[in-house]
Amino acid sequence: MIQKYDGWKGFESGTWTKEINVRSFIKHNFTPYDGNEEFLVGPTKATLDLWEQVMDLTKQEREAGGVLDMDTRVISTITSHGPGYLNKDLEKIVGLQTDKPLKRALMPYGGIRMAEKACKDNGYEIDPEIKEFFTTHRKTHNAGVFDAYTPEMRACRSSHIITGLPDAYGRGRIIGDYRRVALYGVDRLIEDKMEQKETTRSAMYSQVIQEREELSEQIRALEDLKKMALSYGFDISHPARDTKEAIQWLYFGYLAAVKEQNGAAMSLGRTSTFLDIYSERDIKNGVYTEEELQEMIDHFIMKLRLIKFARTPEYNALFSGDPQWVTESIGGMAIDGRHMVTKMSYRYLHTLENLGAAPEPNLTVLWSTNLPENFKRFCAKISIETSSVQYENDDLMRFHHGDDYAIACCVSSMKLGKEMQFFGARANLAKCLLYAINGGVDEISGKQIAPKYRPITSEYLDYSEVMEKYDAMMEWLAGVYVNTLNIIHYMHDKYCYEKIQMALHDKKVTRWFATGIAGLSVVADSLSAIKYAKVKTIRNEDGIVVDYEVEGDFPKYGNDDDLVDEIAYDIVHRFMTHIKKNHTYRDGIPTTSILTITSNVVYGKNTGATPDGRKKGEAFAPGANPMHRRDTKGAVSSLASVAKLPFVDAQDGISNTFSIIPGALGKDDQIFAGDIEVNFDCTDGACISPTLFEGLDAE
Amino acid sequence: MTGFIHSKESFGTVDGPGIRYVLFMQGCPMRCLYCHNPDTWKTGEGTEITVEEVVSEIKSNKAFYVKGGITVSGGEPLLQMEFLTELFRRCKEENIHTCIDTSGITFKEEKEYIEKLDILLGYTDLVMLDIKHIESGSHKALTGHENENILAFAKHLEEKNISLWIRHVVVEGYTDKKEDLIKLGEFIGKLKNLKGLDVLPYHTMGVNKYKELGIPYKLEGVQALSKADAQKAKEYILYGIKKSRQLG
Repeated sequence: MIQKYDGWKGFESGTWTKEINVRSFIKHNFTPYDGNEEFLVGPTKATLDLWEQVMDLTKQEREAGGVLDMDTRVISTITSHGPGYLNKDLEKIVGLQTDKPLKRALMPYGGIRMAEKACKDNGYEIDPEIKEFFTTHRKTHNAGVFDAYTPEMRACRSSHIITGLPDAYGRGRIIGDYRRVALYGVDRLIEDKMEQKETTRSAMYSQVIQEREELSEQIRALEDLKKMALSYGFDISHPARDTKEAIQWLYFGYLAAVKEQNGAAMSLGRTSTFLDIYSERDIKNGVYTEEELQEMIDHFIMKLRLIKFARTPEYNALFSGDPQWVTESIGGMAIDGRHMVTKMSYRYLHTLENLGAAPEPNLTVLWSTNLPENFKRFCAKISIETSSVQYENDDLMRFHHGDDYAIACCVSSMKLGKEMQFFGARANLAKCLLYAINGGVDEISGKQIAPKYRPITSEYLDYSEVMEKYDAMMEWLAGVYVNTLNIIHYMHDKYCYEKIQMALHDKKVTRWFATGIAGLSVVADSLSAIKYAKVKTIRNEDGIVVDYEVEGDFPKYGNDDDLVDEIAYDIVHRFMTHIKKNHTYRDGIPTTSILTITSNVVYGKNTGATPDGRKKGEAFAPGANPMHRRDTKGAVSSLASVAKLPFVDAQDGISNTFSIIPGALGKDDQIFAGDIEVNFDCTDGACISPTLFEGLDAE
Repeated sequence: MTGFIHSKESFGTVDGPGIRYVLFMQGCPMRCLYCHNPDTWKTGEGTEITVEEVVSEIKSNKAFYVKGGITVSGGEPLLQMEFLTELFRRCKEENIHTCIDTSGITFKEEKEYIEKLDILLGYTDLVMLDIKHIESGSHKALTGHENENILAFAKHLEEKNISLWIRHVVVEGYTDKKEDLIKLGEFIGKLKNLKGLDVLPYHTMGVNKYKELGIPYKLEGVQALSKADAQKAKEYILYGIKKSRQLG
């Protein structure tokens, strides 16, 4: 069985040889690495030359106002462009989204207006024929959504109680299992998909019809993937035979996805330990040296840094920049208790030293207390040097997603090839509280947005009255929100289906129906103020409450104070309970996230004054963060408040943005790197800290 | 049992080993010219806090403190010895590492005092003793007090075999004299319980507090010390330590 393919020689067999199952392959073949970073090597001449070229292109891009070049004529598909290179002779890993580096592709399926505007705002004009075609002859996701929206949904959208909806752009957040391309070769994957198509149910319910149509699309996408690779001179129909091919095959899979989709997050998955199996085999057989392996990874990461999309300034404002969220998950623990750190995990992080710091790809360490000490120290060192590493709690997520999940975007965890997510932006719970107080009237526009529930008429707010009304308003909001998302995902599947990404998934996919919360700390503090201080309402001439006066002090979220932290917990749980009451498209399992990492400014701008004393238009705290300057007891207390939020209700992630000056992490970073430790058992000499006593040879 | 604190920091990383829960106690008899916490001087002020409050806060976030513990700083924590004793007794019950960051100014060689102190030291894992100046005269000029009892305190800690870190703030023109630094090294080098040396460069971050409190700032115009100069001072002290140990 194992001899079936050349590429599998020397690998331990397992379930993976009989079915598409990358996790089984990894489990049977990976080698945990406990050593330190000493084996790593610096960049080669070719790497430095290529990187200089990239830096030069990036500079040109900046000077051109953010965009170097845009395609205005060719609609981007997997095979739309011929091969593109930086420098064909030097590149070990090849492949660009279009025919030139940093030339942004034209992707109109999400919405022609957005595509047109993205060009226009950057000084380009899309081909009028294309515009005509996508306006008259070929419907887009965006057009479909607006055909189905109800007036209430439109009102919620324009009043910003629901914001950032993926109704005019690609939803993203789906990770194809790109490793499958390398491990099995595309022919085996096509074979598998054919079999899936042959074995669908035969009574043609709409779900079955949809499934069969999608499987056909997936098979076509896989055929296209082969063609695209062939245009670069690679036959990827068979499994990769060595590390270089494995990286290249895998990258082609990812490249096909970013040629096809301009998603809000186009994450890579969890590839380092997978690839390590190939490099360990190659080292053993003397196929590649460390220099060659690092060079391949450097070139691969360089390619990921070149991923770009055509976007509008508004989009960039919402996401504070031009992020692609090429997230790669590194490390973590296996279910059998072994850690999953490999030499390749080190090589990935080492690119930050070889190529310099960069936000993309978003290298994310799946952190566990059980990771090897050497690796923890290496991570700390790289973090201190580059500020470019994201950390996520593997001990928390492994419980729910096992040991072969990855992060999409910043925190959305999903089992690779088995789970996907319907991205759902977020509902503004702070504004929802104001609607509860004002009987559904928007505090900024004065329009009736929510149903005309009875408003609060008293001068001072009463906690139980507010809570009762707030709960009812949340229930309404959850309903309209979920149903809006139902429309969005229906239309996205219909008009902008992620063919290649879903081709790299199992037939039976668990779909997470993601929702999100904005303004949690504002709500918690507001309710705390109402409960523990006195909050006076200030009304305009129409009787709408537009401002609040807080008399007295109140417990504030972010200080490890249960009085208010329990309110925050309760709100998340309540909202999730209301969300779950609704029907979800394709049996999506509802989750929520508290992670407005960047859009908190925009949400705040569109929200009136709140009972916690926050002024109209003032930014929210990001994600689940306490409000700025309200956490006064230091970082641990602040983090403790956040840690009390219920992960089971917010499985799509809870984020806490945390900045700290290096000096506050201990003198000369010793604390952060764990160099000064308390040794409880020490009697005499053992307690001496080497760094505190540096320079003293005596003793 | 309650104590009076100026403030607390749940993520202390510069006051002892690891990540520490730091209580800044209210009240201090010293008037160090360079003090960056003049708002902790007055006694009879501050926020009242119970031992159990502190212990339960540390316990609920214990994951953060496994390689750290609690540090009581100030102010001068030893002014509230009874509170400290009860607090540390409870901390040791919970296996929390305990540390006192002190100037040693309250030490007196009186039987009754020492009996009380020794009970506290029984629950203390580490003392960070800040010796402001090795010469008693200069010490007085700098802090308003002489240093004999402070040096005696250091020796008492040696006798009790309590782990000791020495801290020393280097201020240009006040505490940066080579001979003084070597002499300091020679003194602490003889202490068998010495486990660490923490040399801190003078900084000016406390100046604004003086303005707010309306207290004249006597080191006006003295520049913050560079890291390199602090390192140089540290080397002199280390030289003194080595010298005393070679002799001894």
